[in-house]
Formats: sequence, structure tokens, C-alpha cells
Amino acid sequence: MWLLKEKTKEISGCGISGIINVRGELIPGQTIISSICCQNERGNGLGAGYAAYGIYPELKDFYALHVMAIDKTALERVDEILAHKTFITYQEPIPTRKVKTLKDTPLFKRYFVKPKFIEDLQRYCGEDDEDNYIVSLVMYINEKVDGAYVISSGKNMGVFKGVGFPSEIAEFFRIDEYKAFIWTAHNRFPTNTPGWWGGAHPFTILDWSIVHNGEISSYGTNRRYLELFGYKCTLLTDTEVVAYLLDLLIRRHGLPLQLACKALAPPFWMEIDEMEEEEKELYRAIRVVYGGAVLNGPFAILFAYNGGLVGLNDRVKLRPLVCAKRGNFYYMASEEAAIRVICQDPEKVWAPKAGEPVIVELEEGVIPNQRSYLRGRKREVEEDELRAECQFIPLQRS
Amino acid sequence: MSLELNASSYHYSEVNRIIRQAIFSGEKEIILTGVNGHRYLFAGVTSEIKAKIYGTPGLDLGCFMRGPKIEVFGNVQDGAGNTMDEGKIVVHGLGGDVIGYAMRGGKIHIYGDVGYRVGIHMKAYQDKVPVIIIGGKAGDFLGEYMAGGIIILLGMNTIYPERDIAGLFLGTGMHGGKIYIRGQIKEKYLGLGLKPYPLEKEDEKEIETLLQDYCADFQMDLNEVLKEDFIKIVPYTHRPYGKIYAY
Repeated sequence: MWLLKEKTKEISGCGISGIINVRGELIPGQTIISSICCQNERGNGLGAGYAAYGIYPELKDFYALHVMAIDKTALERVDEILAHKTFITYQEPIPTRKVKTLKDTPLFKRYFVKPKFIEDLQRYCGEDDEDNYIVSLVMYINEKVDGAYVISSGKNMGVFKGVGFPSEIAEFFRIDEYKAFIWTAHNRFPTNTPGWWGGAHPFTILDWSIVHNGEISSYGTNRRYLELFGYKCTLLTDTEVVAYLLDLLIRRHGLPLQLACKALAPPFWMEIDEMEEEEKELYRAIRVVYGGAVLNGPFAILFAYNGGLVGLNDRVKLRPLVCAKRGNFYYMASEEAAIRVICQDPEKVWAPKAGEPVIVELEEGVIPNQRSYLRGRKREVEEDELRAECQFIPLQRS
Repeated sequence: MSLELNASSYHYSEVNRIIRQAIFSGEKEIILTGVNGHRYLFAGVTSEIKAKIYGTPGLDLGCFMRGPKIEVFGNVQDGAGNTMDEGKIVVHGLGGDVIGYAMRGGKIHIYGDVGYRVGIHMKAYQDKVPVIIIGGKAGDFLGEYMAGGIIILLGMNTIYPERDIAGLFLGTGMHGGKIYIRGQIKEKYLGLGLKPYPLEKEDEKEIETLLQDYCADFQMDLNEVLKEDFIKIVPYTHRPYGKIYAY
């Protein structure tokens, strides 16, 4: 099975970096590689990864499933499920280079798919149903197929990750050949969980991707909370819960982005006591309703979606996060140096406050299938018999 | 004669090796350009040299050092002056988190704002009294577990007009030392049991002397700095947790 490496622990912390161009103009992969490699000392070679948005413009309307598999058998099983459960418009191995220092590399393949809604269902099932279908499909494969994991599943985006230093993983996945309007990157120093290919960051579901420096000590609580809503944590790493929490709170429950961040990193009760009555009531409700979603422990996270990049710290700022802006570019990283290495003359450099999200969304209408979560969602999802059939039903094996 | 080095193409360990070698051969002044994220610069150096750094030095600048006077033209990252013993770090910019962590002596002068947990667990012994002066504002936990030394917070040169001068939990667990703040602070944001006090005569003399040196470093007008009243935060006991652990 998967080789779970253990090395002597060195004192360090993970490194994260993210860039967004708010006009949707594409940024070469070399830029994010330079930034994350500037923080090389923050990792120990047990994990690195990249998330790129805008890399599949010709297949922008299909969910791009990046699949990681231990061997051909596992991959064939995924092939079979996808053939039954989706329309596959295109599939290919993810192009890689041979990197001498990377041993036992898994197989990587990408599929561009749509849920298999046939005849009437195509009319009844909307975008939400398609998203929910893909979430269930990903959970099903990750849980039920031995040795195969879907490591990203959004439209026009993809995640590339594995065990190695950021430079090695970039070389392996040919990151320098991609261009994206949002990039995030991670340099891992695993603390409590194994350094394995599936445990590298970013973690994703649909077009949500997240990189994280820190430890989610509430992992158990968060995981059980997410299970109530059908999310299965299979990747043996605390950060996985954050990706699913974002999907649940923001996409499914329709919380405005800012408020969802406050559910993850709530203000102290003493701060809530000082608020105006209406605000006080709101934040009390958030703490009561979303107790299971609170992230405890130190964290600096960057998360992205088809439309924005967000930086967030735990509420006592136990991990570093620095932001900068120049023109249409925004930068977020663990260290200021990681920004300055790719942006020599920023207009503004600042350190966000603990628990205060830094939200940067793209300008309206600059990318296909653009999402904005600033305002949250008003509309209620209608339930009817036909739409119930939009659900993903696991493959029955004879 | 001084050593001038463009650090941009070197790994930090190489830069530190060159610095140490130069100091060993008697160099008294070192100028580093192109610094970006180089860690542990001047770590553990015990000579009274002068250094100028252009760029953004990496984590733990001047940690454990005893003697050097470092001037940084740029911002410093987390942990600058970590456990430093003697010497001075002057920063013409912003400071990151945990500046002056467990500092035992010497001075850190920051022109602008600083991050979280600055001056955490500073300590003093006899004539060794570390000093951190911050020209801007500070994040939460300023002077947490402080055991000695002096922190002065001015709140003047800030890029965060919307923020309070200091964050939450200022001086939490403090059991020695003093924190002087220019202006007022919300009392409930102080660490448990702490209170602000007005300055006494000797306090005024103390901060005037320290601020004279600070103002000279940044060409600031001392009278302007002293125009506003200061408050003083001191521990209410030298054993704030004594009762919690004693049965």
C-alpha cells in the first residue's frame, strides 16, 4: 500500500503562498514556484503542492477530476466508475517529468466529466445538483476504491501534489508549463499526520482548494460534524476538513464568505459582548449553530475558488500570514520574503489581524463559471421528486 | 574598510558563514544588500560590530547575539532579536510577530507597526534591561509572560489607522518589567488583573532618555512624541499564577 514515510523531525513550520490577478489575467507557474521555494526551510521534503485556476480553458465546463492511484488496478476501478456514472469528454495521464529524487511515485490521470444525467434529468438537475453529484462521487471513490483518490474535482482548475520539496513537485508535475489567474502553493512539514502523497496540500472539493500551516486540533469534532452531511474524511490529514467545511457552509448553506470565516474562527465572547445588539445576536447564533465547524488550534490558511482567494488566521494568530498588493495582483504568504521575491515593489504590505479574513475576489465577468460568495445565497433549493433523482447513486457491482 | 555583500544569490547559511569569517578577521562594519528572507543573520555574534541590512531579513534576525548594532532598511520578519543579549536592532519599517522573544538585554527600535506576541517573556537581570520601542501599533499579547525589561508603544507611525493601539490580552501573565503606552488603552483588553497607572517622576525620566535615543535613530521630534500622556502597565504581583497552582 501507500508508503507512509517517517523521517526524523526537524523544527520548522509549513509554508504557504498564494497569488491572484483580479482581472483574471494568467500568471506563469514559475512565479508561484519562486515564491514557495523562497520558503524552502519551512518544509522538510514530506509534502508540497500547487493549486491552479484557469488551466483548462478549452474544457472549462467540465469537472476536471485529478486522480491519484497506487497502481493500474486502482485506476481501472476508477475508470469503470466514471464510465458508468459520468459523461467523460476527455481523459489523459497527467503529464509528469522524471525526477530522480522522487521515488515510488503514484499514477496520475485526469478526466473531464459531467454527471450522467440522462433525458429528463438533464432539464431538471441544475448546477447545484451537478455539484452535489460530483461531491458524492468523489467521496465514493475516495472511500471505496482501494488505492485511488480524487485529489481535485473543480472546473477549469487542478491540484498537483505529492511527497517532496516544492521544487521537486513542481518539476514532476511540470508546473512551469501552466498559467493560472489564481495560484496557491504549499511546503509541508507534517507534525501529527503521515507525510504521504494523499496527505500533501492543497486539499480540495469541487473548485475549493486549501493550503494550511498549523494544526487543526478540532479535527475529530469537525470530521464527525461533516459526516452528518455526507462528507468522508479519507486522507489522514487534519486540513482535509477545512475544504469540506467551506463547501458545506458557503456553497450548500449559502453563508456569506465573511460570516463563514467567522464560523471557522469565531470572535471571543468578550468581543461579542461589545457588539451592537443585532450583530451580537448574529454572532451568538453563528457560534451556537456552527459549534461543530469551529477550527481549534493554530492555523494560517489560504483557500481559493473559481472567483477568489482568501487568507485566514486562527483568532490568536498562532501562525504567520502577510499580504501585499501591487496593481491587479494580490499576494498572501507565510513570510514577506516569499512575496518580495516575486513582487519587488509592492504598493502595500500588511499583516492581517487574527481571525479577520482577507478576501480578494476577481472583477465581475472576467472568467467563465465565475463564483462570488461575498453576499451569500438567498434562494432556497426546491425539492421535488424528479430532482431527487439527480442524486449520485453508488455503482452496484455484480 | 567594510564588508559589502550582495546576499541575493546566496543561501542564508553561506551569508552567515561569510559574515562570521569577516568578523573573525577583524571586520567592524558589514553592509548587506539584496537580503530577502535570509534567516538567522548575525545569530550568536558576540563582537561589537555595526551592520546595515537592505531588504527583508528572514526569521530570527540577530537571535542570541551579544553586541552588534544592526540597522535594517526594510521590514523584519518574525522573531527578530530572539533571546538577544546585548546590542541593538533598528528597523526602518515594520516588524513581524514575536519580536524580542525572551530578550535578555540590548535594544530593539522599530519605526512602524509590529505583529503579535512582541516582547513575549522578556527578562532582566541587574543592569541588563532589554528595551523594545515600537513607533506604530502592536497586535495581541504584547509583553505576554513578561518577566523584566521595558516595552514602549507609541502608536504613531502606523499603517493601520482603524486598529486599536494594542490588541487583546496585553501583558497576560506578566510578572516583571514595564510597558509604557502613549495615549489610552481599553482596560478590559489588558491581561487578567492588570491596570494602567499614570507615570511617576522617575518613569518620565526613564522614557525620556530612552525615547531620545529612539528619536535620534529615526529623526523624529522628541517633543512631538512626549506631547501626549503615557500610561504604565506593571504586574500586580510577581506571581500572577501562584494561587492557581497552589492548593
